[in-house]
Parts: sequence; C-alpha cells; structure tokens
Amino acid sequence: MKKFSLYKTVVYAVFTLLAIAVLVPVLWVFLASFKQNFEFYGNPWTFPEGLYFQNFTEAFKTAKMGEYMLSSVIVTALALVLVLVISLPAAYCLSRFSFWGNNVLNALFMAGLFINVNYIVVPIFLMLRDGDNILKNIFGSGFLLNNLFILALVYAATALPFTVYLLSSYFAGLPHDFEEAAYIDGAGYFETMVKIMFPLAKPSIITVILFNFLSFWNEYIISMTLLSKAGGTRTLPVGLMNLMQGQQAKAQYGIMYAGLVLVMLPTLILYISVQRKLTEGMTVGGVKG
Amino acid sequence: MLNAVKRKNLFVFLCVAPATLLFFIFMLYPTFSVFRMSFFERGAYSSKESYVAFENFKVLLSDGRFIRASQNTIFLIVAVTVITMILALAFAFFLTRDRILGGNFFRVIFYIPNILSVVVISGVFSAIYDADNGLLNSFLSAFGRKITVLWKGEDTVIYSLVIALVWQAVGYYMVMYMASMSAVPKSMYESASLDGASRFCEFFNITLPLIWTNLRTTLTFFIISTINMAFLFVKAMTSGGPNGASEVVLSFMYNQKDDGLYGYSMAAGVLIFIFSFLLSYVVNRVTKRRVLQF
Repeated sequence: MKKFSLYKTVVYAVFTLLAIAVLVPVLWVFLASFKQNFEFYGNPWTFPEGLYFQNFTEAFKTAKMGEYMLSSVIVTALALVLVLVISLPAAYCLSRFSFWGNNVLNALFMAGLFINVNYIVVPIFLMLRDGDNILKNIFGSGFLLNNLFILALVYAATALPFTVYLLSSYFAGLPHDFEEAAYIDGAGYFETMVKIMFPLAKPSIITVILFNFLSFWNEYIISMTLLSKAGGTRTLPVGLMNLMQGQQAKAQYGIMYAGLVLVMLPTLILYISVQRKLTEGMTVGGVKG
Repeated sequence: MLNAVKRKNLFVFLCVAPATLLFFIFMLYPTFSVFRMSFFERGAYSSKESYVAFENFKVLLSDGRFIRASQNTIFLIVAVTVITMILALAFAFFLTRDRILGGNFFRVIFYIPNILSVVVISGVFSAIYDADNGLLNSFLSAFGRKITVLWKGEDTVIYSLVIALVWQAVGYYMVMYMASMSAVPKSMYESASLDGASRFCEFFNITLPLIWTNLRTTLTFFIISTINMAFLFVKAMTSGGPNGASEVVLSFMYNQKDDGLYGYSMAAGVLIFIFSFLLSYVVNRVTKRRVLQF
C-alpha cells in the first residue's frame, strides 16, 4: 500500500488545472454557438437556454460560411493532392538516386525549411499581380490572383521543404533489396517507385497528410492576401476573421461562435481519431534528443 | 529505345523537376525578392522601381512605430520562451518520470491548442478577454468585488498576447520534450533515488543535462516561431492596436504593404530576418556544452 503523498497531489492538481484551462474555453465556444443573442449580455457562465440552431443556418447563408467552407475544402484537397504528387517522386529520387546536382538540391530544400511564408507573402503577391497585369495586356484578363487553384499551388509549394525532408528521410531508411528484386523481375523505374516503394512509405505519407491538412485548413495569411477581390470567395478562416471583426460591431455573437465551431470541428474530429499518430509523427525525422 | 543510363536520367529528371521548379518560383525567388526590394522604392500600382540604396533602412530606424514594434517583438520572444519552456519542461518531466494516472489523457488535451487555427484561438481569447461579459473578468468577479479589467487595453494587451501565445505553444513543446526525456534510461533515476536524490535534484542533474541538445534546438524554434505566431495572433486578435501597443515587426511589415510602401515593408522584413538569425546564432553559441552520451 502506497503512502499518501503531498507531492503527487500537487502534481495532479496542477495538471487538472491546466487541462481545464485548455478544455473549458473550447467547450464554452461550442455552448455559446447555441445561444441566442440576448444571452450574451450578462453572466457568460450559463448553459444555453435551448439549442438555437439558427446560428448555424444564419452563418451558412447570410455570412456565406457555407460557400467559404466549400472553397476551403477545394483548396485543402487540391493542395494536398498537389503536394503529394509533386513531392513523393522528388523525395524518392533525392534520397535513393545519385545524380548530378543531388547534393545541391538536398541542401536547398533543407534551407527552405527556414524560409517562413510570412516573410515572402508580399513578394509572392506582387509577383502574381505583375503576372496578372501582363496577362491583362495580352488577353484582357488575368487569372493569377483570386484563383483557388493558384492558392492551392502556393500552399503546395510552401509545404514542399517540410514534406520532401520528411519523406526523403523515411525513404533513405528503407533497404535497397526491394528495388533490386523489382528490377530483376523486370519492373521499370516508374513501376518500382509507384507499386513497391510508395506503399512502403505509407506511415510517413500519413504523417505528411495530417500535418499538411492542418496547416492548409488553418492557414489565413496567404489566403487573405491572394484572395482579396471585394465580394469574391474566401477560405473559411479568413471568412471567420471578417465575421469576427464585423459581427462584434453588429453584436451578433451567436453567428460568430457558430462560425468558430465550423472552422475547428473538422480539425478536432481528425485529431481525436488520429491523435497518437500526430504526436508521434511530430518526432519522425524531426529532432531527437 | 533509350539506353539504360539515359532512361535513368530521364526518370530522375521527370521526378525532381516539378518540385524544383515550384520551389524556385514560390520560395527561392520571393526570398531573393525580399532582399532585393529592400533597396528599392516601388510604385504602389505600377511595377516601376527606383534604386534608393539604404534609404529604406535609414527611415525605418528612426520610425517610432517600427521601434515600438521591435520592442514588442523582443519582449514577446523573451517572455514566451521563458514561460513556455519552464512549463513544458516541468509538465514533460512529471509525465515521463512519475507514471501519472491518465498521463496519456493529459498529453492529448494539452496538444489541442496546436491543431486549432490561430483565428479560432483569437476568437476564443476574445471571449475570454471581453471587458464586460468576458470569461476571465466574470470568473475573477466571483471571488468578491466586480472586476472589469480591460485585457485588451493599451497597457495590458501585450501581456494578454503572452498568455495566448503560451496557451498555444505549451503542448507542442511538452510533447517534444517528452520524446527526448523518454530516451533517458530508467536505471539512472533508480540509482539516483537509491542515493536519496529528490525529484528536484534528479531534474537538474540527470534530465536537464541529458536532453540539452534537444533543448538547444527548441530555443531556435522558440525564436523563429514566436516571431511568426505573434504576427498571426496580432493580425487576427488586435490588428496591432490599441495605438500600436501590440504591433509586432511582421505585422508592421504587412501593414506597409497595404499602404503600398513595398520597399519599406521589405526592409523591415530583412531586419527582423537578420535579427532572428543572429539571435539564434548567439543563443546557440552561449548554450553550447559538451554532448553527453548515455
């Protein structure tokens, strides 16, 4: 029988307090999204009087969150497909073939890990706007700004260093016997890569999909800069930000919290279903002490 | 039919070319542009540029708003790093050293802020910091007299930002430290406790020296990510206000873009980039120790 220890009690108390500090605000937002507007004047620590689902329908229709959600789904899915299709073959070749310029490219992608998009978002914007102006002179209209596909392409490009780094460190650890066996059986380079090597890299591919999904879905600085046409479409976080800045003046809190729920629900569901992979994946190919 | 060497080269080329092309267009070229444009003045709507040498930097260093933004950034880097690191280290140590009941549950909960969009976190903290009906003020009022602190006021906003940033970051670094702490062999702790070492003593004499390499790496992470996260939070939560009290360098840089002062904006970017690089270098040199094997 173990003795009661003060030390353990304090540790548990601190942990519980911190867990509350994380959980309560998040749960509160869920509750607040069902509250009617008058309930926001007065004590915030009350349960909603009823499930006021109208906040969600209002957010979907009048605040255009439905449309923005569709844009977010399109951009995130497109960017995920692009980044996988582009970085998988590149990571495979960079880590398993020796060719002219291999070392330089590896070093460049590594250096890319330190380039943060917040620094380069303005030059990217200017580059696309200049491109649009050139297109306007030739064809009469530009398509580089306010374009979901281009936004997805920029997302994919900015995720390349991280993705290539993670995938190639995984590929580098696989034994060469697989490829040799495949070549002997008469498989070509492409067939070997797609049918033998990609399935072997599945754990790292899942990690990459998870992290990139979270960063694409939550991103808003690039999106805000590249989708700026008045009345044009937005991604969900940018739409939410506009809602937050607009609705507080108009005091329509319920709709704002409904919008918050719409943005965080997909990431929370994903996290709950794969949390172990995510926190373990963080250290795959990353820093180890 | 191509010969074997050519076939292999063609294959490698086709695999690597798209990634390289995209990387050059959307990452390397814009990075190069940041540095180049900081020496130019550019029209707000035309792409005409004129060379102004170091003029942008000169104006910048005497711009009160930029100086305030720099002070705020440095304060945030120091405060967030110190608080987050102490909390994350302590939690990680307790979770790995004492087999805490429900340890996995706590780990899952603490990591949640990391998967939320900064816009969502800003929304959550707006609800917390609201002066009239905010969660924090009404919670504190429950202990007696009514409290109406303006958490986003000019004097307090920077501390409110620190809390939000720490809230967001603790879980991430905790998981990171836990990974390296779990590599420390159990036998070391066992022999230490046989010798009568306290937990406190164990932490400073065994855990800390053995995860030192990991700790140094995260210091660089702290510097780089605080600069970026501060920008994301400021943009979504305070827009730099009130009166520039929460402006940070990257948000200052972004706002200059809205005014069409592109060269000026890029000069601010160059300065903060060089600053973060130098700071990381200095911190790395200062914390250098002999790597311990175990």
